[in-house]
Amino acid sequence: MSTLRLSDAGIAIDDRSYGEEITLESWRDGVRPEAGRFAISIPNTEDVDALGEIVRFFSAVILDFPSFQDGRAYSQARILRERLNFTGEIRARGAVLCDQVLFMARAGFDAFEIGAGDADGFRRALSAYSVFYQPAADSSVPIRDLRAAKRAAA
Amino acid sequence: MYRYDQYDETLVKERAAEFRGQVARRLSGDLSEEEFKPLRLMNGLYLQLHAYMLRIAIPYGSLSSAQLRRLAHIARKYDKGYGHFTTRQNIQFNWPALIDVPDILDDLAEVSMHAIQTSGNCIRNITSDPYAGAAAGEVDDPRIWSEVIRQWSSLHPEFSFLPRKFKIAVTASEEDRAAIKVHDIGLKLYRNEKGDRGFEVLVGGGLGRTPYIAETVRKFLPEKHLLSYLEAILRVYNQHGRRDNKYKARIKILVAADVEDFRRQVDEEWLKSDRERLDAPLSELLRIRRHFAPPRFETLDDESAALAAARGEYGEFDRWVATNARPHRQAGYAIVNISLKPIGKPPGDIAADQMEAVAELCERYSFDEARATHEQNLVLPHVKKDDLFAVWRGLDDAGLATANIGLISDIIACPGLDYCDLANARSIPVAQKIAERFADPDEAADIGELKIKISGCINACGHHHAGHIGILGVDKKGDEFYQITLGGSGADDASIGAITGRGFASGEVVGAISRLVEFYKENRKTGERFLDAYRRLGPDPFKEVLYVDASTV
Repeated sequence: MSTLRLSDAGIAIDDRSYGEEITLESWRDGVRPEAGRFAISIPNTEDVDALGEIVRFFSAVILDFPSFQDGRAYSQARILRERLNFTGEIRARGAVLCDQVLFMARAGFDAFEIGAGDADGFRRALSAYSVFYQPAADSSVPIRDLRAAKRAAA
Repeated sequence: MYRYDQYDETLVKERAAEFRGQVARRLSGDLSEEEFKPLRLMNGLYLQLHAYMLRIAIPYGSLSSAQLRRLAHIARKYDKGYGHFTTRQNIQFNWPALIDVPDILDDLAEVSMHAIQTSGNCIRNITSDPYAGAAAGEVDDPRIWSEVIRQWSSLHPEFSFLPRKFKIAVTASEEDRAAIKVHDIGLKLYRNEKGDRGFEVLVGGGLGRTPYIAETVRKFLPEKHLLSYLEAILRVYNQHGRRDNKYKARIKILVAADVEDFRRQVDEEWLKSDRERLDAPLSELLRIRRHFAPPRFETLDDESAALAAARGEYGEFDRWVATNARPHRQAGYAIVNISLKPIGKPPGDIAADQMEAVAELCERYSFDEARATHEQNLVLPHVKKDDLFAVWRGLDDAGLATANIGLISDIIACPGLDYCDLANARSIPVAQKIAERFADPDEAADIGELKIKISGCINACGHHHAGHIGILGVDKKGDEFYQITLGGSGADDASIGAITGRGFASGEVVGAISRLVEFYKENRKTGERFLDAYRRLGPDPFKEVLYVDASTV
């Protein structure tokens, strides 16, 4: 298992560590890692909206895909990015398949726990599309805005 | 009609290329069938009883002559020369080889078509009124809003792995021709007392095992907030819809559990959302609106002497006009319904030659546009009354002039056990036998509007719950039996049909339907439809005639 990370510099497999990994449950029980830097895993049944301000303490959030068909974590990631303005890492764990990675990236994920040797498939999948209709949590410009820009330039 | 620009085109081509790669991985063995399944399902490719089935999206049922000709080409080259229109304004091909599907998607992309989200637990093809832009009484063209939703829902990053499939239908008319009350979301555009346009938002309708009529979750949503409100509904569903049981996973279960709570959750989510960013900008709405400007109608008298003369001369034509043509908002024009229910043939099937004949007629006589309907028929939306005779002759030559729209032989039926591996019983032969029994056009005209809908299993793809008479195929110790429901409707007077009692063997169904029809004819008031007579008289007398024959089991 390795972690594929997206950044402004591109796509890379990297071993960056966030120190300790704790669960949301243990955070609620009062666990506070000493370094102050940690990754927190959150079940996909959790209403992340209710976490509010506390997300600023987290360096990385790990969201779960118990099966690729269980899409709850897509909503969690978008709420973290777009509503709670979470700027740390959002990492996908579980049934993380290359054919869904672009959806995940658009929903706000920027790290993916993948099988060793799968990186090529993920790279390919991440560049399968050049245009998108909807505004989401990534930095791509939705088609409607590309159209408006083109009209303005004409 | 909506015409793709470079962005729409790029997206569809990239999708076709992506699927070509996925098929190559499957064929080389890199992907197992189990791994491939979710990928093919996102592209409308099912594995059925005998072969793959490819379902192609026809957004809001709208087709050009070029698209119809391309579908004919696909039917000939990759299939057995025919296609099948579904109850969601899509078309499906029953015999493509897996290795050919990438080429089919390329062929479709060239005419602005695709199979995106025609299956899978995602937002499916957006359906609408087949008379959009043609019928009187619309407050706006519902295709504009359908296209807005189509773009928003295509490859949506958050809503592609929902608890279950999700169907949206849009209408902008009091008369519901899009069955909005039996959809996950039904949208009805209207003007409020202030004269502002907005949507009544209905949620949680659906057929299947547990049929529900949709609940009004918002009485009036200003039209500009359509997309942000849809996002709120979908987000609540994505997070709270049941995922532990496939048969309780549709949004209707969530809504039915507590509609007040559901409404509160959606409103809360909506009020918290960044509506400014999620809603389509006005400039984009205007851009899409321009694609649906009315065609250049001629200024004509509403009365056509040529039509009157031809009706006087040709009895069959006269009957076809009376049955299949509908009033148009523009004087001197008519809406033409093309029945895909010829007596004794599978409902909704159309041969390649027939697709080309319709292409020719729509190009020449209907501003290059045809529509597919949720009742598995086609429509030429804008035909001059002066041209109706020529259109009828063209249709008749192609075997498409059956005059039975809305009548007892205009039956909706799912593919049933002839094709589908979920089915318990055959649907098509039952539809054929009923149509043959009521083949006499005078008798059918006398019976009047009567919607029979047949499903081969409890998943209800043939919409039997919404049939005036519904027929559900069940398996009983290896034999096919058929339960009859009465009093359903998918229109503005929507209701779920009630089960009458024990099922009938396949040989007894026609007799049972005949007894119901005879009882209706004897007891109706002048001008009263079967459904209205049933609602007035109640189920008991109908059950009595249904089970008068003791041989039923």
